[in-house]
Amino acid sequence: MITFESVSKTYPGGTQAVENLSLNIATGSFTVLVGPSGCGKTTTMRMINAMVTPTSGRILLDGNDIAEIRPVSLRLGIGYVMQNGGLFPHRSVIDNIATVQRLLGLDKKNARAKAFEAMERVGLDTSLAKRFPAQLSGGQQQRVGVARALAADPPILLMDEPFSAVDPIVRDELQQEVRRLQAEIKKTIVMVTHDIDEALLLGDKIAVMAPGGTLQQYSTPLEILTRPANDFVQSMVSKDRGFRSLSFEPLGQVPSTALPIPGADGLINATTLAPGWALDLGHTTASASWVNESGQRYPVSTPVRRTDTLREALDAILASPVGAALLTDVHGDPTSWITLEDLSPRLAPKLSLEPRA
Amino acid sequence: MNWILNNTEQTWELTREHLYLSIIPIIAGLVAALVLGLVFGNRRRARSIITTLASAVFTIPSLALFVVLPSILGTQILDPLNVVIALSLYSASLLVRTVFDALDAVPAQVLNAAEAVGYSPIRRRLLIDLPLSLGPLAAGLRVAAVTNVSLVSVGAVIGIGGLGQLFTSGYQRSYPDQILAGIIMILILALLLDRLIAGIARLLTPWLHLSTKETATASASGSEAKK
Repeated sequence: MITFESVSKTYPGGTQAVENLSLNIATGSFTVLVGPSGCGKTTTMRMINAMVTPTSGRILLDGNDIAEIRPVSLRLGIGYVMQNGGLFPHRSVIDNIATVQRLLGLDKKNARAKAFEAMERVGLDTSLAKRFPAQLSGGQQQRVGVARALAADPPILLMDEPFSAVDPIVRDELQQEVRRLQAEIKKTIVMVTHDIDEALLLGDKIAVMAPGGTLQQYSTPLEILTRPANDFVQSMVSKDRGFRSLSFEPLGQVPSTALPIPGADGLINATTLAPGWALDLGHTTASASWVNESGQRYPVSTPVRRTDTLREALDAILASPVGAALLTDVHGDPTSWITLEDLSPRLAPKLSLEPRA
Repeated sequence: MNWILNNTEQTWELTREHLYLSIIPIIAGLVAALVLGLVFGNRRRARSIITTLASAVFTIPSLALFVVLPSILGTQILDPLNVVIALSLYSASLLVRTVFDALDAVPAQVLNAAEAVGYSPIRRRLLIDLPLSLGPLAAGLRVAAVTNVSLVSVGAVIGIGGLGQLFTSGYQRSYPDQILAGIIMILILALLLDRLIAGIARLLTPWLHLSTKETATASASGSEAKK
């Protein structure tokens, strides 16, 4: 548990970075600090590992005031991921990752062995171990940064805008990777971002901050989307708010149409969906495609599972030429399809958008 | 050239003396500059005092320093130590600025990362700042080394100058061959020292000399480019 007790930070010169912040970050949670530049989110995070000292108030780690812990030993127990990776240019990938273990006093051989494990955990090809950071792509550097933070297995992980310097495709990949990792390792993660979408995607809890370092709302992504505490939060999430709230509900038991038996030509008649169309399941789910009268094929790009969200299902339906998404069973085999009609009862605005006083 | 071949023994001896008189001060100066740089690099006041002092020392004519030092140090006027100490002072003055600049050139983001992952200030200075400043440092060291090799010959005026003695005696005897021999040997010495430092620096900083081929495969295998 990380506790902020009425923490304020005023920089010399009078800039108020954080104002009277009280916050409880639960052990094992993924908390995202989000807000525009100058809202004190980075300052807030950097106070956790004593890179910034609060002007007033206390920060407690499991009940212990961090001001009473030696900064160096505090930091050795907290993983830190920076924008652009923040790697040491003069060290090979493997030695970058082994840094914290070496600082903790582990010998080179064992530290490297741990570093190799960390490389595998974050999906880095171990053949890159001897490379220098300058020889890696931006995305690879960022993975090395994550591996370095994880290698010593710290209970807490701080991430400072970790994905803002990589291109959208790689960012997407890294975000998924971090989600997967968090499900696996259950660290207490505190991440800073200015991207509300990233916050909504990754956070269990989101702390929205406004310029001047004031906390506006601290709650779950769904709550932030459906019940923004004030105009500031509302303005941050207003874009696609209704549509995005579909991301928090699994598809579950919506009605679906079982796949008809394939004809002699191996094609499944789909004329009930659209006249003249058929479905070819192919050899694997990945090769399934919709076929029109003239034999043109449109791949079923993303089959949907019942554990996927309403948003993903809706997207798959809208992206299909026949207005239907292929639904797979627990084994990943397609068994039925769903259409907009099947989904529509679930799309009703049942997320009560309550009026604010 | 003939003179060198006819007097190999003398040339060799003078060259050895010259080398000794230039290398010891370079090492002493480097160590002093590094200590000053690493300790005071972050303190603005101390830095400006040191750089001002360094410039002042460097403006003292070498000949004057050679002559004045014995009375300050209490050494004999013909003691080679005078030359060694004088040149060490010059080297340190020349290098301390380089050390400050080289340390400044280490990216702030890297230092920030080092602090955040748990480097103590001293460890960071030695394991991050120092190796990362080696590139620019080596460039400055090469200048200091070559400067030293040429300055040593001034010592010949007070009788301790390695190959410089070929100038004084060649001049006294109006024997240009001997002067030319001195110039040739000093040039060779300066060049060798320069290449030696450059070579060592290259070995110590492999990350600054990555082959373009390796770098190219790296960026090709990663689909993404940095923003």
